Amino acid sequence: MQPIFEVRNLKRAFGGLAVTNDVSLSMAPGDRVALIGPNGAGKTTFVNLVTGNLTPGSGEVRLGGETVTGIDAIGRVRRGLVRSFQVTRLFLEMTPAEHVALAVLQRDGRSGRLFGNFLAMPDVMDEVGQLLGKLGLRELMHRKVSEIAYGQQRLLEIAVALALKPKVLLLDEPAAGVPQSDTGRIEQALADLPADLAVLMIEHDMDLVFRFAKRVVVLAAGAIIFDGSPSDVTRDPRVREAYLGSYANASHAA
Amino acid sequence: MSMTTTNEMIGQTPVRRRFGASDLIGLGVIVALAIVGYFLFPNNLALLTRIIAIALLVLSLDLVTGYCGVATLGHAALFGAGAYAAGIVSAHYGINDPIAMLAFGIAAGAVAGLLCGAVILRAHGLPQLVLSIALIHLFHEFANKASSWTGGSDGLSGIAPSALLGLYEFDLWGRTAYVFGVVLLVLVFAILRLIVRSPFGMLCRAIKEDPVRIRSMGASPKAALMKMYVISGAVAGVGGALNAISTQVVGLDSLSFTMSAESLVMLVLGGTGSLFGALTGTIVFMFFEDVVSAANPFHWLTMVGALLIAVVLFAPKGLYGTAADFLSRRREAK
Ligand SMILES: Nc1ncnc2c1ncn2[C@@H]1O[C@H](COP(=O)(O)OP(=O)(O)O)[C@@H](O)[C@H]1O
Ligand SMILES: [Mg+2]
Repeated sequence: MQPIFEVRNLKRAFGGLAVTNDVSLSMAPGDRVALIGPNGAGKTTFVNLVTGNLTPGSGEVRLGGETVTGIDAIGRVRRGLVRSFQVTRLFLEMTPAEHVALAVLQRDGRSGRLFGNFLAMPDVMDEVGQLLGKLGLRELMHRKVSEIAYGQQRLLEIAVALALKPKVLLLDEPAAGVPQSDTGRIEQALADLPADLAVLMIEHDMDLVFRFAKRVVVLAAGAIIFDGSPSDVTRDPRVREAYLGSYANASHAA
Repeated sequence: MSMTTTNEMIGQTPVRRRFGASDLIGLGVIVALAIVGYFLFPNNLALLTRIIAIALLVLSLDLVTGYCGVATLGHAALFGAGAYAAGIVSAHYGINDPIAMLAFGIAAGAVAGLLCGAVILRAHGLPQLVLSIALIHLFHEFANKASSWTGGSDGLSGIAPSALLGLYEFDLWGRTAYVFGVVLLVLVFAILRLIVRSPFGMLCRAIKEDPVRIRSMGASPKAALMKMYVISGAVAGVGGALNAISTQVVGLDSLSFTMSAESLVMLVLGGTGSLFGALTGTIVFMFFEDVVSAANPFHWLTMVGALLIAVVLFAPKGLYGTAADFLSRRREAK
């Protein structure tokens, strides 16, 4: 299948340290990929580079066959490349309903409207209610974000990304900081995603990785050292070496 | 299904998020205050009209500073542009219909907004503030030098608005001008209420909190802020034009750093990010400047200074914002 998302020979260094070292990766519509790797491997940097939040030293990013390396972050979102943030970046003075409504309105090209209020727009409110309901945030929809728990903020972060109806979704550790009792909601939300959406999820929780991903990519010291099936990943000697000591549960989970 | 959802939402929505009723109350309060003012100060309507013109400037400033987080000490440029445009078309081109003068004032304010926005929005924080100061000085100097148009430091005179709607002459007591001002304020206020609650208003609040995050949602903060600057310019232009029409002179002070700084002081006094805050701040400041200063010419500025320090330190949400918080907390406690 024609890839929807393609990265070729992406490089970026910070002060001589190659944080992204010649990374190439491609995803087809419907792919469910987990990107794993020890802390500091360069996973978040990779997301920042492909979304245009950081400029690569060299390399190319393609989206739906179009080269987007020269297009800014906004343009890439409008072409369907959406990310979530590892450390929540939300508008603390605003409510979950406002977050999701803003995403919906922005997606539909209505965020510049000078009149009307989303609370009185049934189509927007339906979508807001549904999405927040799925993530268990419906009761809190009119509270300020600063008043809700961190785990719930994490879920809202995902709701905002989903509301943008992406073609390619990059989730940076969506479950980090979410209480165990709520990770099921994330899984359910991921399971309900449109089948043709390509999803790349950075995650440390290996149980979640194995349930979600049909393909696992391992990044270590800025380079991809493994790209294959979940059943093979823990048997791979290079992966074991990269993880040696840093997490025992990689081998434990298999 | 969609109807039930909406009703249910509103059912759990706190009162302050409901709209319609509270807006009407707000407009009612403005009209009531205007009527009280009219009977309390029948010989001082010119002052009241000036307060309205300044209130429009402060509302305009609130749009970019309070709602969008732009730091500016040059906002009078937009007000002055409106005032000079309305004055010049009358004094030099014989366009004396007040509505037409107002239209020119609005257009000039919007253009000045576009210009200032294009410069100011290139920077953030302190550099942004410095750019705004540079801009107001440039505007001021330009008006000073172009004296054949503006009258320079003597001020622009020869402004002669004809009867409003062909019916109401601008009388010596300033009644027509006052009513005109009140109507303009009410109209602008109603429109701004719509805008700040609209999707665009919500977008601007989000930009104020985190412009990078909003980019990751596919929206351009720069484009939105430019749009807000133009709207803000139009509002300031209404104030400027009102001032030109009602006083029939335009001076360089309407384009000054002092006026810009004072409008910021008024906004902070009343409370940023709230339209009522902008109005409250204007009224309180102007009350001190005109009423208290008459009673105590030496200490009114000291009092304003002390009040400002007290507000910034102890009531950072401003007089209106703090009062509103207090009342809503009391209501919740009940
Ligand atoms: N803006 C930056 N400037 C300098 N170094 C950075 C910057 N961003 C990330 N790094 C470094 O790059 C490495 C990879 O970081 P990151 O991509 O956040 O890793 P991961 O998400 O895999 O944990 C780390 O060593 C980090 O310190
Ligand atoms: Mg990371």
